[in-house]
Amino acid sequence: MTEITSLSLSNLVNKVKKKELSSVEITKSFVERSEKSKKLNAYITDNFENALNKAKQFDENPNLDLKLPGIPIAVKDLFCTKDVKTTAGSKMLNNFIPPYESTVTQNMWNEGAILLGKLNCDEFAMGSSNETSFFGNVQNPIDENLVPGGSSGGSASALAARLTPVTIGTDTGGSIRQPASFTGTVGLKPTYGSCSRYGIVAFASSLDQAGPMSQNVEDCALLHEIISSYDSKDSTSVDFKRNEYSKELNKDIKGKKIGIPKEYRVDGMPDEIEDLWKKGVEYIKDCGAEIIDISLPHTNYALPTYYIVAPAEASSNLARYDGVKYGFRAEGKNLIDMYEKTRSEGFGSEVQRRIMIGTYVLSSGYYDAYYLKAQKVRNLIKSDFDEAYKKVDAILTPSTPSSAFKIGEKTNDPISMYLNDIFTVPVNLAGLPGISIPAGHDKKGYPLGLQLIGKAFDEQNLLNIAYAMEEKIGFENKISDWWMK
Amino acid sequence: MSNTNSQYLIDRGDNQYEVVIGLEVHAQVTSNSKLFSSSPTKFGSEPNTQVSLVDAAFPGMLPVINKFCVQQAIKTGIGLNAKINKRSVFDRKNYFYADLPQGYQISQFKDPIVGEGKVILDMPDGQKEVGIERLHLEQDAGKSIHDLDPQNTFVDLNRSGVALMEIVSKPDLRSPDEVSAYIKKLRSIMRYLGTCDGNMQEGSLRADVNVSVRPIKSKEYGTRCEIKNVNSIKFMQMAIEYEANRQVDLIEEGKSIDQETRLFDTKKNETRSMRSKEDAHDYRYFPDPDYYL
Repeated sequence: MTEITSLSLSNLVNKVKKKELSSVEITKSFVERSEKSKKLNAYITDNFENALNKAKQFDENPNLDLKLPGIPIAVKDLFCTKDVKTTAGSKMLNNFIPPYESTVTQNMWNEGAILLGKLNCDEFAMGSSNETSFFGNVQNPIDENLVPGGSSGGSASALAARLTPVTIGTDTGGSIRQPASFTGTVGLKPTYGSCSRYGIVAFASSLDQAGPMSQNVEDCALLHEIISSYDSKDSTSVDFKRNEYSKELNKDIKGKKIGIPKEYRVDGMPDEIEDLWKKGVEYIKDCGAEIIDISLPHTNYALPTYYIVAPAEASSNLARYDGVKYGFRAEGKNLIDMYEKTRSEGFGSEVQRRIMIGTYVLSSGYYDAYYLKAQKVRNLIKSDFDEAYKKVDAILTPSTPSSAFKIGEKTNDPISMYLNDIFTVPVNLAGLPGISIPAGHDKKGYPLGLQLIGKAFDEQNLLNIAYAMEEKIGFENKISDWWMK
Repeated sequence: MSNTNSQYLIDRGDNQYEVVIGLEVHAQVTSNSKLFSSSPTKFGSEPNTQVSLVDAAFPGMLPVINKFCVQQAIKTGIGLNAKINKRSVFDRKNYFYADLPQGYQISQFKDPIVGEGKVILDMPDGQKEVGIERLHLEQDAGKSIHDLDPQNTFVDLNRSGVALMEIVSKPDLRSPDEVSAYIKKLRSIMRYLGTCDGNMQEGSLRADVNVSVRPIKSKEYGTRCEIKNVNSIKFMQMAIEYEANRQVDLIEEGKSIDQETRLFDTKKNETRSMRSKEDAHDYRYFPDPDYYL
């Protein structure tokens, strides 16, 4: 039975279609492994019983034409799931059961997938280590007391530990790609407007994007073609022709031009990251693609810009958690007192910090100096990429400036925590697709990722380049199941 | 107080004062569904029966613009001889209140859908032109009901998210009679166009009234006070008359007028201070990121 959980999504789908495996067999395997993996704290809410029932129902009348026939999948607890508690990692929503389903998850159920459970994440997706979750730290299956990254930390941990065949996360500043990099997995942040935001608890609306996380690029392509859809319920959803990414996936990237941005060579970057990047360049060349040096001159301003824009939007998006309609409420002497107590007790300190930053930068007298200026810089960052894409098809960078760090190592230093997002944030600001693929290990044996950034709505090319590189890299995740011993 | 040459002036001994009035009219758009959701807008329904997940601001719910409401606003703009802006932006106006589920109202701040226009009034002594500053679309809030229970406030979200047009006039009005003529003219234009039913009893048409006074020969505007949410023409006229006299009295006593927001008490026929300029909310307007920027 344990072997089932080590199969890729594409393998599992094939075996169901060939009737070599049933949905119940698969679901049971992942449920059992998940039950034995409580120490990772990857789940906030499990849906095991329901999942097994659904699997039974599927097997009784299997529709083998579906793309995810009876496949159990656990998802980040930021996606609203009908009749299943959705917390966003916060005390504020600890009792919240949505009467509706997010579009992205609905797309998966429509293709036959079964909800396995809701995965831990940083509170309202604000964090880079999964340490801001109200439901506690998540362990990285790579090593004990190592963070899995964030904010999709539970997703990355569950995926790397084989508690779910694939998963979905959300990425506002790197929340899919950074944890993928920390856990030796693949994570795609699609072009803004590719996946519907309907039913996803909002963090920063102009940056948030859902995306697939998987063991390999092929699974990533398959899951992406399922979750990406035009949705009239999201006004920022874009109606463009979507590929069947997995069918059109190919490794022939001969003649493609890949840019290397000099500004990503940041001060104090560890040698092993620099070396990994150089290796990446060699892999690209081995695939027959061409390397071109490029410049993205405003890269330095991306992080400060992000830490104005994202908190500003968050401060407004999180105003709805006021104790009046749903979620947590603290009793108060009057309305204002109730608001203050509810929001002081219901939100953790990182969320409160960002609400305060966001409120400040939108205040009259500061708006022009901070928010408006940040929007202008954001446009400059976008035009940097536009310029670069006149010369190249995609861009190669490291995913993160370091490998996974220890739990507690950066909790008292928000700035050093924020620096984790330095390579991923520009991609969100420009609304572009970015993928992190595992590319090597550091001296400690922890995985390191490389990031490929593509043109808007050009996920197919991005996936193809990643697919070609993946073969050359031949990465293997070293996971010892230490948490079960 | 006496009027000379049909001009509305306030006399104090040798001093004569002119009254300067500008209106922010809130007109409910005639439409079957709300500005950003598909909930119905029928008046007088049972509390909280016309509320969607979007109106109640559930997590992950997103606004989707009602095209018809935009058309209604444009139609009204044309009726006001106004400039229709090809590009306009929805902003969030942030504040906390129990009947504002999102914690912000979606409104338009810097780039309204309709720009400058004008309305011609037929007054007894001839025509009078009143400038329109702008018309913008915004969401209405819900309703807080404080008098049903000694301890609790009840909230009805039926109105939450209903489309309003805020029509802002220039400070061109000079008397309660002109205000009356202006409101009636606006109402007849919108009724003719079918963009607002103008029913003041149901709250479909209400106004914030900005009042200031100045000595008759003065070119500069005095400090203005805003009287919030007046819902009948008669009350507007009464409120203006009271407020103008109050301001003149202050000037005559050598005191200064504080810029503030005031409420009109219809029972006592007086205006009362609601909040001063210092206490004014900082609404932290910014473009709604749920739309393409």
